[in-house]
Amino acid sequence: MPLSALTGTRLRERRIALGLRQADLAEQAGISASYLNLIEHNRRRIAEALLERLAQVLGQPVEAFQEGVAGALLDDLRAAAARLPGAELDRVEDFAGRFPGWAATLIGLHQRVVGLERALEAMNDRMSHDPHLSASLHELLSAVSSLRSTAAILADTDDIEPEWQARFLGNLQDDSKRLALGASALVHYLDNAGQEEDQALASPQEEVEAWLAAQDWAPGDPQALASSPARQMAQAWLAQAARDGAAMPAPDFAAALAEDGPDPVRLAARFGCDVLTAFRRIALHPAAEAGLVLCDASGTLTFRKPITGFALPRFGAACPLWPLFTALARPMTPIETLIETAGPQPQRFRIRAFCQPRFPAGFRGPELREAAMLILPEPRTTDPRGTEALAIGSTCRICQRDACPARREPSILAT
Amino acid sequence: MRHVLLIEDEANIAEALRFILSRDGWQVSVMSEGEAALAAVAASRPDLVILDLMLPGLSGLEILQSLRADPATAALPVLMLTAKGQGRDRDAAERAGVSAFMTKPFDNSEIRAKVRDLLGA
Repeated sequence: MPLSALTGTRLRERRIALGLRQADLAEQAGISASYLNLIEHNRRRIAEALLERLAQVLGQPVEAFQEGVAGALLDDLRAAAARLPGAELDRVEDFAGRFPGWAATLIGLHQRVVGLERALEAMNDRMSHDPHLSASLHELLSAVSSLRSTAAILADTDDIEPEWQARFLGNLQDDSKRLALGASALVHYLDNAGQEEDQALASPQEEVEAWLAAQDWAPGDPQALASSPARQMAQAWLAQAARDGAAMPAPDFAAALAEDGPDPVRLAARFGCDVLTAFRRIALHPAAEAGLVLCDASGTLTFRKPITGFALPRFGAACPLWPLFTALARPMTPIETLIETAGPQPQRFRIRAFCQPRFPAGFRGPELREAAMLILPEPRTTDPRGTEALAIGSTCRICQRDACPARREPSILAT
Repeated sequence: MRHVLLIEDEANIAEALRFILSRDGWQVSVMSEGEAALAAVAASRPDLVILDLMLPGLSGLEILQSLRADPATAALPVLMLTAKGQGRDRDAAERAGVSAFMTKPFDNSEIRAKVRDLLGA
């Protein structure tokens, strides 16, 4: 297991807790005090055998010092740090390891801020672009303008002819009715709009993903979802899951998967269904150890099922090197790539990607594309690290590959 | 008698404006739709156009631009009626060469003063 940079910090804390001097611990472990000092300040990687000796002297199991901090957590912290300059980014791992509670609080606050910003944006959009609201306000304003002008005429014109007076009184009557109706319609509209405030905190897609994740990606009751757009998306998802299940029925599918392995093209050929159906069945069958990402022709991620060790961006665009986008540009061609994630503890995954064009309106309609990317853990035994793997990231902003040729904006980790 | 052409689709506002401006001694005609209004300007040669910004058909801004593009009406005074919150449209009207603005809901005496002003009376 690769040692985390934090190991040194943990050793130091344990030693101090026991009241040992550096020289005492170094002597008992058979190394020099200055070398121990370097290790404790995370400046030297430590061999497994030495760590075992140190752990023994410190009276704790090796694992107590080995446990690293999950990469996704660090990415979240870096994203939070990007909001305001000044955080010690080089010590992020140190921070997360020492103060896991504070780190979680910081990430939670950051995500809350991002959610509130999105809600604010949505409300702003509503105010400035909502045709219903602007039409309602225009209607009210017209009625008020007319009322004001007409009332002033009746009040200020002493010598008004009776027929004009009658006419303007009639107009007053009409305008006041119009104003009353318009005002109550507006109040009703604003009342309903207020109820959706909370739902804007998460996008409907995130809501659906969280809902699916909570039930281990199995169908559930969409009424549990808070917002109506999310319920609609969930309904569409359930309908598709039902079609997928009918195309690849459970017992046969399990047997075929065991025989062929997670190869969507082979499985699709076997069941005579389309390839994306096989992608969804493989990634979403009970206890599947696979991530799945879907995107449309614009590259917008439309579905994300995460897998440990492969960070999916929560906001913004993904890494342009993802095989998902290679597939998007080459429809109907299976793309298989061994990839390695960025970060101090790179992990390898086997990616299978495929893009399926659709023509729902026939020959004269638009071409729609949907691409899928299956993220499969690559077992160590079949991966001697000798093979070349494509170096990819999550999203440029929090990616550590400074020299990446596909970089589109500077990383917040650059120094 | 000086002629004021009012282009306003809200019948009750148009009626009130027609009443107060007529009593001030102006000859007032009313159009409620943009396309027809442009033809009416060409035919009747008004001395002042009062123009609502939000109109069915051609918008007030488009009418203003057409008037300014035609040498015969390039200098014609145009008073535009706008609502609050139409800042961007107001800026566009200013660039297009509007003579003056009046914000709805307006005060009768203010609009009468503004009309007198624009007609040089």
